[in-house]
Amino acid sequence: MVGPSGCGKTTLLSLIAGLAPVSQGVLRVAGSPVQPRRPGTALIMQDYGLLPWKTARENVALGLRIRSMDPAPADLALKEVGIAELANRWPHQLSGGQRQRVAIARSLALSPDLLLMDEPFSALDALTREEMQDLLLSIWRKRQTSLVLVTHSITEAVYLGQQIIVLSPRPGRIIGHFQNGAVGDRRSPAFFGLVNEVRDALEKGVSSGG
Amino acid sequence: MARSRWYHYVIALGIMALVWEGLALYLSISAFPRLADAASAFVKNVVDGPILKHFAVSAYRATLATIISLAIGLPLGLYLGRSGGPVGAVLLYLSHPIPKVVFLPVIIVVLGIGDLSKIFLITLVIFFQILVTVKDAASGVPQGLIRSVQSLGGGEWAIYRHVILPATLPAIFTALRLSTGTAVAVLFFAETYATQLGLGSMVWDAWSMRDYGLMFAGVMAMALMGFGFYVLLDWAERLVCPWVEARR
Repeated sequence: MVGPSGCGKTTLLSLIAGLAPVSQGVLRVAGSPVQPRRPGTALIMQDYGLLPWKTARENVALGLRIRSMDPAPADLALKEVGIAELANRWPHQLSGGQRQRVAIARSLALSPDLLLMDEPFSALDALTREEMQDLLLSIWRKRQTSLVLVTHSITEAVYLGQQIIVLSPRPGRIIGHFQNGAVGDRRSPAFFGLVNEVRDALEKGVSSGG
Repeated sequence: MARSRWYHYVIALGIMALVWEGLALYLSISAFPRLADAASAFVKNVVDGPILKHFAVSAYRATLATIISLAIGLPLGLYLGRSGGPVGAVLLYLSHPIPKVVFLPVIIVVLGIGDLSKIFLITLVIFFQILVTVKDAASGVPQGLIRSVQSLGGGEWAIYRHVILPATLPAIFTALRLSTGTAVAVLFFAETYATQLGLGSMVWDAWSMRDYGLMFAGVMAMALMGFGFYVLLDWAERLVCPWVEARR
């Protein structure tokens, strides 16, 4: 999902996650109206939402502990995102990319069927960002989890999204919907072609005054 | 605060000794003895005098008052900070500035003149200090962290347990450090009536007998007691808030 700042991307994720009440209409996840604290939904927030007073391992195990589940999957999830050796660090002792990995591991530990991500890589430097995008794709391919990712980066949307939804400036409406056959390919002509199409849709939305 | 080493204490004690001696020489009155006289009175009254007994009674009163204040003030402050409405806040800001010691006559009538009334008086004063600090800290917890725990499926209990309480812990230790000084001051006041026990009463007796050596030995003992509380609190904070320590 790509759109300009302030168009309601974060609000939409909160609604899907059941963290905010739906004021109009019906929102369905897996066929049933969205409910607060749906067990299969995991949300990764823009600032990662790691608790400063918990180590990486404790942060990852938090969802399991809250649900009174065995915390063992926490270590597996840390290994899956490649930071098993940092399990005992505090969040402030980690780099931005490492914190992002902890946040992803925290969601994976819950084995979600729906993973929501709010501009997850916007605070990272370019190289780390591409590394994290590749990590996310490999996890997505292995786990076959539904993934809804919000971003204001067109290239990120085209690199990661099977379906790309373009939102207009506030109040956000869907002004473009693209199917993408070039997921996980940064160099092909199809990638650049779709980037241009998405850019056109976005710019049309902005110039039509939104 | 950085971890203190032994020589930091030596330097600090040296500065205090210098100020004391300078003041004693400048004033040169019997009510303010030289450091050596006060120190020897202190040692003598610790070894075969009443100081240890008074120290134990005073420390017991202050400690118990602190524990009671914390036991009530902590959960109430967390609740007021997270869920308390404006009425709770106004009520708190109205009742906090009321000087509590003026209620001494009422307290004595209701609770008698024994230990209970003294402990209650100290509790009444430091309870509000802890309550106000905890409430303010609890209401300042970043909303993002609360949502983060909610998104993991956490309800109200999980929010208190994993966000509000740990976020407030450093402020709780600050409140306890502040209340230590207050507790010793109120203790002195509370031990001026109807007791033969406690450092406060010892100091008052020594004063009325113009035994200034003993009086200042009592002051030293009170300072040591407060210092002991600080050391204990620092140790406890390192134990309970390891993430704060790691950031230093």
